[in-house]
Amino acid sequence: MFGLLSTWSDWATSLSTLSEHFPVLVVVVPMLSAPLCFLSRNGRAARGISFFALLSCLLMVIHLLGRVLDEGVVSYRLGGWPPPLGIEYRYDQINAFVALIVAFVATVVVPFGQNKKAFRVPAGRTNVIYAVYLLCTSGLLGMCVTGDLFNVYVFLEISSLSAYTLVAIGAERRAMMSAFSYLTMGTIGGLFFLIGIGMLYQMTGTLNIVDLSMRLYDVSSVRTLSVAFATLFVGVSIKLAVFPLHQWLPNAYTYAPPKVSAFLAATATKVAFYVMLRIIFTIFGRERSFEQMNLDRILLPLSIAAMFMGSIAAIYQTNIKRLLAFSSIAQIGYMTLGISLDSLTGLVGGIVHLFNHALMKGGLFLAVACILFRLGSVKIDDMRGIGRRMPWTMGAVVVLGLGLVGVPGTVGFVSKWYLVLGALERELYVVAFLTLVSSLLAVVYVWRLVEVAWFSDPKPGIRMAEVREAPLTMVVPVWALAAATIYFGIFTEHSAGVARLAAAQLFGGTP
Amino acid sequence: MNVPKHMRMREKLILRVAAKSLLPFFFLFALYVQFHGDFGPGGGFQAGVIFAAGIVLYGLIYGIEAAQAVIPRIWVEIGVAVGVLIWGGTGIWTMQSGGRYLEYGKLDPEHFVHGQHLGIMFVELGVLCTVASGMTLIFYLFAGRGR
Amino acid sequence: MSSYLGLWHYHACILLMMVGLFAVISRQHLVKKILGLTITQVSVIMFFVAMGKVRGGTAPILETMNHDAVARQAQDVVFSNPIPHVLMLTAIVVGVATNALALSFVVRIKESYGTAEEDEVLAADHAASVAESAKEHSLESEAT
Repeated sequence: MFGLLSTWSDWATSLSTLSEHFPVLVVVVPMLSAPLCFLSRNGRAARGISFFALLSCLLMVIHLLGRVLDEGVVSYRLGGWPPPLGIEYRYDQINAFVALIVAFVATVVVPFGQNKKAFRVPAGRTNVIYAVYLLCTSGLLGMCVTGDLFNVYVFLEISSLSAYTLVAIGAERRAMMSAFSYLTMGTIGGLFFLIGIGMLYQMTGTLNIVDLSMRLYDVSSVRTLSVAFATLFVGVSIKLAVFPLHQWLPNAYTYAPPKVSAFLAATATKVAFYVMLRIIFTIFGRERSFEQMNLDRILLPLSIAAMFMGSIAAIYQTNIKRLLAFSSIAQIGYMTLGISLDSLTGLVGGIVHLFNHALMKGGLFLAVACILFRLGSVKIDDMRGIGRRMPWTMGAVVVLGLGLVGVPGTVGFVSKWYLVLGALERELYVVAFLTLVSSLLAVVYVWRLVEVAWFSDPKPGIRMAEVREAPLTMVVPVWALAAATIYFGIFTEHSAGVARLAAAQLFGGTP
Repeated sequence: MNVPKHMRMREKLILRVAAKSLLPFFFLFALYVQFHGDFGPGGGFQAGVIFAAGIVLYGLIYGIEAAQAVIPRIWVEIGVAVGVLIWGGTGIWTMQSGGRYLEYGKLDPEHFVHGQHLGIMFVELGVLCTVASGMTLIFYLFAGRGR
Repeated sequence: MSSYLGLWHYHACILLMMVGLFAVISRQHLVKKILGLTITQVSVIMFFVAMGKVRGGTAPILETMNHDAVARQAQDVVFSNPIPHVLMLTAIVVGVATNALALSFVVRIKESYGTAEEDEVLAADHAASVAESAKEHSLESEAT
């Protein structure tokens, strides 16, 4: 299969046999490329290896998403053991969609120009960064695609441990302290998740998610079930940074290298959101979560608090990365709002916002990386007048920022449209109103960036005349994401269409 | 290090002799746990930790330089990566033999159980390699810090 | 009451977990925080191990490869549930990795700040940012 292939037809047949194994190769290829990167002992080679590994991963996920949309669920038995006993990798609309986002962002971030000053790694050991990065990607993809709850925990820890490492290599010494508090919070979150898994296993004797959801039908009202739901929910909420549990996020995103912030903001929280969807809708089911456990009464106020607190805190920040981090907390609030509305339209809004926020925040953090590369600072005050010096980068910031606000024609509008519609459907007029008001807060912090960049004179002491446009390898990925926010804002059938299918599948109960 | 000479562990005769005479048993026990893992409790992780414990003991008594002279750091680093590749390679091999990823039974087309044994043996070898190297590497990195 | 006493192992796990979480929250020294995390991890591991124990159960190892004998043995003997124990092997490995990573952060924090007390590290960070903004103010006032 992997040997020397003489003819085209040989190649085609072997590719079709190989395509049977795509479900597992999506996770295995980045995981096995990581030791190769580690062995290469050369940053450039490692970058090449990781780019091609992730590109092949992306192509495989696209193929699988197509297969899922055509044929329905794709299941792969690891080790040939049948599902409830063995581990099953299971692709349906929702997780193929999330895996696509992860693979896409991971692939875009790799070729992005590298700023040596942003990493504190000994020269000649940059290959290790790529090895850790690949492990993180493979953990996130594994969390998406696996159909076994304990396997989710294992991949969660693989991705988290490598994420802590990626945060800790930030250039400032504060990066280490923020990585340490990220680790503390993340480990506690993981342990809560593990206890929840234990309780579910105790009640049902299975770890397979589909099997679990069916067996939980028989367990009608046991107190252990409520406790299991609570611990799983709290565990995932810490990983997702739902409002009162978000303390680790601002520092981690601020002091991580900007490329890493872009990657984590666009993928790690999204996968945690996906796991939350799985717990709420697939394992426990909509009825149990909302009617028995009254999830909406907890999650709705928290989401709204996150939207306001995140946006208001973002307005007062002096560091652009910190501003974007607090904005992320607000955007996570929009996603959880989509769950808590308990309506199909609202859920579509939440899922499509997952996709949209990955594009917007990924693009914005990459733009920050460009600014850091040329200006050497991420303070908003130092950026005065940078718009004329770096028109392309700052133009992308404006486009992506408009997306965060939710201006029609950008992706942000699509998700807010669905969220407001969902709120109106449930006759929660106050919630709809508050969603719109919090968008106005987003206008304030985005406008602050625009005003500083385009309508202010350079700060004394900053040699703005020497600042040039970032190199092409950095501007192109940023603009690719900015263009995507406009494309998916106008042609919504790809993002919102798949999100609608996924939401319908989740909302309808067990797949 | 400001430890007086007579307080250093490498100057203590009893420790030196005891450690040196224990070392072969460490490694033998590690190998026993490794290969007994096919039939009963045991396996690569435990064996790897025991193996690394032998190296750590040697490093503690004779100094980390002596341990690194026997097993250089570069070997250990390579070992971490190679172990993962052995594990993944076994998966690729099972796929090539017509099975699913890590479907060991397909490794021996005639005998399912032999295939299982073979697969588990290779996977556990990979685990042993990674765990033993990983533990040793952690020890080297922490002990070598601040010198 | 007896049902509560019969579940003493779960109560012990919860107690252990609270001890660990309390240490994580209340201690300032980073190594003590890591110890607290480890205690919490151990409590979860204990929870799983207690779950897998079946009263009178033995280690789930088949003594022979003969199929009939296997069937007979499976009828006569009560086995403990191996799956929670196996899961905990993985969780222990995760715990080892977490500890190693956390300790490596602490080593580097100690190297660059000269202390491993959280409040002192945060105070040093705060002092640095205050000094930086004071410097900027003086620069600006010079310029104007």
